[in-house]
Amino acid sequence: MSGPNSEYDPVQVSGLSAEEVADLVELAKAAIGAATDLDELKAARLAHAGDRSPLALANREIGALPPQARKDAGQRLGQARAQVAQALSVRQATLEMEQEERILAEERVDMTLPVQRSSYGSRHPVTTGSELIADVFIAMGWEVAEGPVVEAEWLNFDALNLGPDHPARTMQDTFWVDPVEHAIVLRTHTSPVQARTMLTRTPPIYVVCPGRVFRTDEYDATHSPMFHQVEGLVVDRGITMAHLKGSLDHFATAMFGAGIDTRFRPSYFPFTEPSAEVDLRCFVCRGEEPAVATCRTCRGEGWIEWGGCGVVNPRVLVACGVDPEIYTGFAFGMGIDRTLMFRHGIADLRDLFDGDIRFSAAFGSEL
Amino acid sequence: MRVPLSWLREYVELPDAISAEQLAAELTALGLKLEALEHVGSDMRGPLVVGRVLTVQPEAQSNGKTINWCTVDVADANGSGEPQGIVCGAHNFAPGDLVVVVLPGGALPGPVEISERKTYGHVSAGMICSARELGLGDDHTGIIVLPPDSAAPGDDAFALLGLRDVVIEFEINPDRAYALSLRGVAREASLAAARRGLVAAFTDPAARATPTPNDAGYPVAVEDSASCPVFVTRGVSGFDAGAPTPPWLARRIQLAGMRPISLAVDITNYVMLELGQPIHGYDADTLLGPLRVRRAAAGERLTTLDGVERDLGPDDLLIADDSGPIGLAGVMGGATTELSATTTRIVIEAAHFDPATIFRGQRRHKLPSEASRRFERGVDPTIPEAAADRVAELLVRYGGGTVEPGVTKVGAAAGRRTVSMAADLPGRVTGMEISVATTLANLRAVGCEVEAAGSALSVTVPPWRPDIDAPFDLVEEVARIVGYEQVPSVLPPAPPGNGLSRSGRLRRRVGRTLAAEGLVEVISFPFIGSAALDALGLPDDDSRRALVRLANPLSSEEPALTSTLLPGLLRAAARNLGRGASGVALFESATVTLPRGSGAAPIYGVDRRPTATELAALDAALPDQPEHLGVVVAGERERSGWWGPGRTGDWTDVLAAIQAVARALGVDIRAHGAQRAPWHPGRCAELRAGDRVIGHAGELHPAVCAAHGLPARAAAAEVHLGALLGLAADIVPGPTLSAFPVAKEDVALVVDESVAAADVEAALRAGAGELLESIALFDIYTGDQLPVGKKSLAFALRFRAADRTLAEGEAGHARDAAVAAAAASCGAVQRR
Ligand SMILES: [Zn+2]
Repeated sequence: MSGPNSEYDPVQVSGLSAEEVADLVELAKAAIGAATDLDELKAARLAHAGDRSPLALANREIGALPPQARKDAGQRLGQARAQVAQALSVRQATLEMEQEERILAEERVDMTLPVQRSSYGSRHPVTTGSELIADVFIAMGWEVAEGPVVEAEWLNFDALNLGPDHPARTMQDTFWVDPVEHAIVLRTHTSPVQARTMLTRTPPIYVVCPGRVFRTDEYDATHSPMFHQVEGLVVDRGITMAHLKGSLDHFATAMFGAGIDTRFRPSYFPFTEPSAEVDLRCFVCRGEEPAVATCRTCRGEGWIEWGGCGVVNPRVLVACGVDPEIYTGFAFGMGIDRTLMFRHGIADLRDLFDGDIRFSAAFGSEL
Repeated sequence: MRVPLSWLREYVELPDAISAEQLAAELTALGLKLEALEHVGSDMRGPLVVGRVLTVQPEAQSNGKTINWCTVDVADANGSGEPQGIVCGAHNFAPGDLVVVVLPGGALPGPVEISERKTYGHVSAGMICSARELGLGDDHTGIIVLPPDSAAPGDDAFALLGLRDVVIEFEINPDRAYALSLRGVAREASLAAARRGLVAAFTDPAARATPTPNDAGYPVAVEDSASCPVFVTRGVSGFDAGAPTPPWLARRIQLAGMRPISLAVDITNYVMLELGQPIHGYDADTLLGPLRVRRAAAGERLTTLDGVERDLGPDDLLIADDSGPIGLAGVMGGATTELSATTTRIVIEAAHFDPATIFRGQRRHKLPSEASRRFERGVDPTIPEAAADRVAELLVRYGGGTVEPGVTKVGAAAGRRTVSMAADLPGRVTGMEISVATTLANLRAVGCEVEAAGSALSVTVPPWRPDIDAPFDLVEEVARIVGYEQVPSVLPPAPPGNGLSRSGRLRRRVGRTLAAEGLVEVISFPFIGSAALDALGLPDDDSRRALVRLANPLSSEEPALTSTLLPGLLRAAARNLGRGASGVALFESATVTLPRGSGAAPIYGVDRRPTATELAALDAALPDQPEHLGVVVAGERERSGWWGPGRTGDWTDVLAAIQAVARALGVDIRAHGAQRAPWHPGRCAELRAGDRVIGHAGELHPAVCAAHGLPARAAAAEVHLGALLGLAADIVPGPTLSAFPVAKEDVALVVDESVAAADVEAALRAGAGELLESIALFDIYTGDQLPVGKKSLAFALRFRAADRTLAEGEAGHARDAAVAAAAASCGAVQRR
């Protein structure tokens, strides 16, 4: 397009003066600056930088100029058109930004609107609580053991030094499968899993067994015919009550926080000797004055009854095929439901088994 | 065991430096667990004194009652020495009687503040007290009339009646039966004081000189000496059946938790509480011939003291005379020979019985008694003579008469048991530093005799500790005196473990998946009755109607263990909706119980490990207990809101939930149309993994929804979770991803309405060949454009090769092959 223009007489032609070019540039810049949106800018571009714009037309004339004038005119027009193009590009960017801002502003929504169309799911705190407990022991190298809920009488009682005429059998009111002579029960504790573990593994044994157990208790705020226990069993060389205490202190701390340890009181369980009741240091008042005096969690005792434990009775080792001359062991058992009840301040045991979604939902997917 | 401290102090000299609370705490640390500590009488305030009734003036009232206007001599207790005027409503007394009077300013339990008050036209200045008003029992039929000459007017009634005391109630473990007596608790109290560095001397109330047995006592024949190793009788004659029980004795029994009945009975109970030896008293005039200790014959019957007639059998150990059974040995006496208001001659029985026999007897007859509680746990077999002697002494002291010279003793206590223990065992087992000297001292403190024999100790166990028969029992005795609080805290050195088991990890994955799908986990009881199965509409021959029944269910409505998780889930769903939830989506995973098998589980000995065969027999006897997963969705699943309408949960939700679980486990499961209760016959899927049926899902039958109070379209699923876990992908092979372009082909196929989409998809998949990357059903059409009874299924097929760009027409070719396969197997016709 910048070829010589043969339609014009070279003598009649004269290039635009510097002032004229400058005026056209100013005119173009004013029009560009006056464009308030991209459409107006488009019109300004057409008018001042399009093919029919004065500068473009002038540019076409350059070829017709005398040779000595061509260079000056070309330079002058080139600079002028560059200035206009620059102004257009700056204005284009500005207007695009303004347009985007306007669109974004128009697209604003109320981000506080509710968005959950279906309700959240959750797992039961007894499930997640059992997992939490298992993880505490797994982290120490222990493993989880399991056994059936409907269990042989021999494994639930006899193998655990609870012979048929043992008065302690009356301590655990047992559900019997009909007929009673079939010697099958709903396990009254998770201890038969201990027996099964010893019967199927060789020491060293470090296991924890969470699970549901049954007693013929009427259903009220603190009793239930079905509840959950976690049992621990260690059988190894040189195991002592001190290792039992260490394990339970660690367990207590993991569940209830630093400084929460345990206390032993002599007790009786047929499957352990010596036996102890385990008390947990109250994690609310820590047994410290003056908080303990008015503490409702421990009722002013400073300690909370937590479970039973002891050194595995050598008779149990014998019945389960472990040589008591070589190995000693310890075992403990706690109520999972009870542990969760005081960890989470749950007042009524029945809330655990009522199936009310508001209860489970409060705990989410992990404890 | 309830222990009044005033009574305990008779046998142990407790220093004042140890409070009741401290004593209870130390006893708890020794193994007698504090249940309650009661400051009896702390809610009463004097003046509470003995008074002598001077005058009684009955006055009829307009309300029909007669009250007595009395004057009572309370000596100087009222400050004036003048007779006290008191209105009294009771009628069981007369002038001259000694009564208990609370004067104005005093207070009785309630609290009842006593002051002068105007009543029935008199100013009544105090109250004449009944037993109940003083917390002495339930008797409110009249006021207390004290035995004549037992006190003087003005005497302090608190001391006289033992109204103020401290009672410590302990929970006694089965291995500490000796602590079911004041004798046993006093021995422990002495150890308790020692833990605080105090000396509290113990005096054994069973240590008393007794006359030598002779042939002049009441004749006894023990026919079963294994069940009755010792049987002692003593006799008292000339006893005054009307003699009252001394108030202090009645009070002690009452504080110990027993009800005073009559002097003779109260004394037998008193001595049982004191020594731990149960005593039975017979009215000698009702006995016919010698006492026999024997097993019952089948068909024999006995009416026990509680008035119940009981059928007896060869397992029952009896006391009999020539008339037949007169008592269940060690459990409860019979009605025909009991001590009564006319008894003047008494035969005292103090015997020792085999614990297991007594345990079985009381269990069989559901008759736990104070006597059986002690016998079944083990009493001291060496004290029957002392106990019988003590009873005789108290009978004649308070009831008059004479102790007969005859002393019958059949049998003898077994010799004391000796247990050998390595001297360092207590330290090795407990992890505490325990010297041999400490071990010796502690064993002796609990009554053992100990001799060192090399590195072992030969320990002779005291007769009141039948629970000690192995070295570890001795370890506990040593350790509890050292103090369990001394046990150090040391973590055991566990070897490296394998972490959570595979099934444990998978279960967590299942739970998290379902929670992420919006389902809430619940836990239900596994008890069920036929009504719940009826509500599910299970046909009579449904295998889920075969239940494992309980012999002693809590409720006769739910006498069995459930075979399905659905009843619990449906109930929980309905409960939530009933409590205002607009929708509910629940899951539960638990074992169900299915009958199987061999029936009876063997009982083995415990002296060795059962063999592998024997262990297998135990497991074979147990019912099948597969792990199930149940899901229920009912009501609103997605709520309506500013975004538009909500959505009611339906069969797609439960199917999606199960598919999500399967996907999380890497198991491919397919749905097939099926019919099964409790589902809608046209909306039930059988779920299969390969050829294996792993469960069912679908919309619940309308009748089932109605029976459970669930809204229409409620849906449920139940699958065999254990099987799913077993099928879970173990090591997943990594896929090879093709970067070559995909070719998409859509086809619409017209088939009969009855043809399952999954079958058409399977045919397409099979026919498409290995270039097929994926297939998805994206539209279903029925309507005017199609003949009646036909539907159009639109599938999107994606083809891709692993190693090249597909050639022109290659994908179309594969599509045509797929359509041909669908035509062949499903009668599909491609819709143009
Ligand atoms: Zn506290």
